[in-house]
Amino acid sequence: MSTAAAPDRRVAPVLEMQNISKTFGNTRALTNVSLTVYPGEVHALMGENGAGKSTLMKVLSGAYVADPGGSILVSGRPAIAGDPIKAKANGIAVIYQELSLAPNLTVAQNMFLGTEPSRIGFVDRGDIRKRAEPILKRLGITFSPSQMVSTLSLGERQMVEIARALTTDARIIVMDEPTTSLTSRETEKLFEVITSLKEHGIAIIYISHRMEEIYALADRVSVLRDSAYVGTLERSELSAERLVSMMVGRDLSSFYKKEHRAVGHDRNVVLAVKNIGDGRRVHDCSFDACAGEVLGIAGLVGSGRTELARLIYGADHKTSGSVLLDGRELSLNGPRGALDAGIAYLTEDRKGLGLFLDMSINENINIGVISEDARSGGFLDFGKAKKRADSAVSSLSIRTKSTSINVGALSGGNQQKVLLARLLETKPRVIILDEPTRGVDVGAKSEIYRIIDELAQSGIAIVVISSDLPEIIGIADRVLVMREGRIAGEIVGSEQQPIGQEAIMALSTGPAKRDAQSAIKERT
Amino acid sequence: MSATQSEQTAMDKMKLRSTLTALGMLPVLIILAIGFHLLSGRFLSVNNLSIVMQQASINTVLAAGMTFVILTGGIDLSVGSILAASAMVGVIVSLWPDIGLLGIPAAIAVGLACGVVNGSIIAFLKLPPFIVTLGSLTAMRGIARLLGNDTTVFNPDLPFDFIGNGNFLGVPWLAIIALLTILISWVILKRTVLGTWIYAVGGNVEAARLTGIKVPLVLLFVYSMSGLLSGLGGVMSAARLYAANGLQLGQSYELDAIAAVILGGTSFVGGVGSIWGTLIGALIIAVLSNGLILVGVSDIWQYIIKGLVIIVAVALDRYRLKGLSRT
Repeated sequence: MSTAAAPDRRVAPVLEMQNISKTFGNTRALTNVSLTVYPGEVHALMGENGAGKSTLMKVLSGAYVADPGGSILVSGRPAIAGDPIKAKANGIAVIYQELSLAPNLTVAQNMFLGTEPSRIGFVDRGDIRKRAEPILKRLGITFSPSQMVSTLSLGERQMVEIARALTTDARIIVMDEPTTSLTSRETEKLFEVITSLKEHGIAIIYISHRMEEIYALADRVSVLRDSAYVGTLERSELSAERLVSMMVGRDLSSFYKKEHRAVGHDRNVVLAVKNIGDGRRVHDCSFDACAGEVLGIAGLVGSGRTELARLIYGADHKTSGSVLLDGRELSLNGPRGALDAGIAYLTEDRKGLGLFLDMSINENINIGVISEDARSGGFLDFGKAKKRADSAVSSLSIRTKSTSINVGALSGGNQQKVLLARLLETKPRVIILDEPTRGVDVGAKSEIYRIIDELAQSGIAIVVISSDLPEIIGIADRVLVMREGRIAGEIVGSEQQPIGQEAIMALSTGPAKRDAQSAIKERT
Repeated sequence: MSATQSEQTAMDKMKLRSTLTALGMLPVLIILAIGFHLLSGRFLSVNNLSIVMQQASINTVLAAGMTFVILTGGIDLSVGSILAASAMVGVIVSLWPDIGLLGIPAAIAVGLACGVVNGSIIAFLKLPPFIVTLGSLTAMRGIARLLGNDTTVFNPDLPFDFIGNGNFLGVPWLAIIALLTILISWVILKRTVLGTWIYAVGGNVEAARLTGIKVPLVLLFVYSMSGLLSGLGGVMSAARLYAANGLQLGQSYELDAIAAVILGGTSFVGGVGSIWGTLIGALIIAVLSNGLILVGVSDIWQYIIKGLVIIVAVALDRYRLKGLSRT
């Protein structure tokens, strides 16, 4: 990653937040946090979920009013707290994780949404387009300002969000986990844009959990923990251990757990997938998974990994191939059939496809098995349900005071554990985990790795889909790499030769870049 | 640790929220009742309260079925028409000598059958509930008129007239049936697996499917339930009037039922709500109708005031609960 000229610290900071505190009722969400950002710098903000990053950014954007006692200076002038419109006028723009574009409008219309240049109340479409063009050009964007947003990819939509920020002459752009749903090519593009924004003297506050991105982009990193400011590291001081220990407040000596024995000669195949395909996104995929093994599935976003998992689970219809569990073919009976046979699937979209956010932790854990627990006549057995929920909460160390609170009130990591608990209650033989640590903070990540490791030790076959290469290398015994809906190859790790990041990248991006790796078995 | 602290407040908030949700519109109901009493001087008399309960009862039964449907994120616009057709069948069968009591099961069966048809189309053909039930609203109205050759059918010796006009231990049978309906609905929703599935389907239908819940069966159940209760409503209407008319009976009842459910705090997108709220919602509507008449407000103004009260009450409710939520 090319780093643009280091920001000039002799110039006045564009943003000085001092002694910012924020309390909700009797909860302190921020305690005397200070943050100084210079023009043209990428200032990364890190911390576990719930550490206070989002609250701090909401104070900055005017969504929240900070408690009295602190001060916010933008370009040396005091900013009026708690006024989103003033904050925008001061040059502060926030790009949230959930994009806020109207899909039924054009790119240009979205860019000027709310600030439409108008003539006696009529929006001048031509004018909007003319104004949008130079901004898009500056970002190196290739799509037209008159294109509908609904036709754009997620990465392109993010570019529109950035372009929108530039229409109001933003001097500080906050990006909250901007790469979560981007492909690696889109991420690269985003990084280029960030570099060019830096050159124009715009300060970026960049929130992310991904270390590689921090290394690639950040000039400085500030860390929050438990609603308080921990410290700021200069680019030259960055190291993974240091950041992680600042975030969690302790050393994580072995971040990735791998205590289960890799499967040797006595391979006990539990799940066998044969020539499965859906005729669109997945073609002719075959593999098997053994008891006690962690099998990784890597590949670029869009390579068909999730689609493959959904076919195996019966969530979508397959047009060819078969799924065998212990040698017996599964009937086509949708998710219910797969669950009854012993296959469980953890969706990548926890909130959209997994949890019932308006229901309690207890109900969310029990929903898959309540009909088995029920007394005759279909009456719920509250005693059994509570026992299950309590024991799941303690064995997966889900942090909550009670299982009767809504699952929506939990942090991302704890929500993920609730979803995992639901799957485990169905006593599966095979678990397919789709991006199990997405949007999960560092502490919870290591706990999820521990759980995966323990499950493997107990003899369950585990298939992990992940875009996080260090993660998949850290926990998997064997990695399948998908490319364009097919399994492009398999990489088996050993103690002498661990699985290499380069080998996975080579397989997932295509034959041109492939280098001679002895451990790669060609399968196409 | 702030994490546990924030969870503590989250829990406090949840408790406060669930208390407020449970209370819901009860304060509004009480204020209305006291207000009407002060204005008219006789609203809270035993006699009048008995009338209010009778007036609320049919809407309560329809609204209970509607609660099931709306909890799954659906809507049933056909309840008024189903009620009319069921009442027609009930009265026609009651005219048969000796076995006139069969009018009750016949009417309920007609309602159930309509519900099953609605539910099957929605669950298995996956058509939008609004459109399907809009269609059956129209079609069932036609069938109701057809059944009596577009005339009113009478039975002055209706064998089940006690349902509409009799009392049991001083309480009108209509009110008892409505309360039993609410009670059974509560048991189904809160004490059975099926009830949990209904909330799950309304809360997140895709997650429900991936969890192994048979979503089509749940949908079939709620529309069947709504149809069955519409049939029961038909029995109640026929018993009260000794007659049924395919053209007029049950006109726009679906709107009152929906209003009761929404007043009761059930989310229109599904997944959140309670049957007790629906009961309170139905009572508010009945209290308004009865009270406005007692106070001597003209028919035209009753409509205007009822409409405004519904909007203001729901707006207040949303506003109050919104202040508590922070994610």
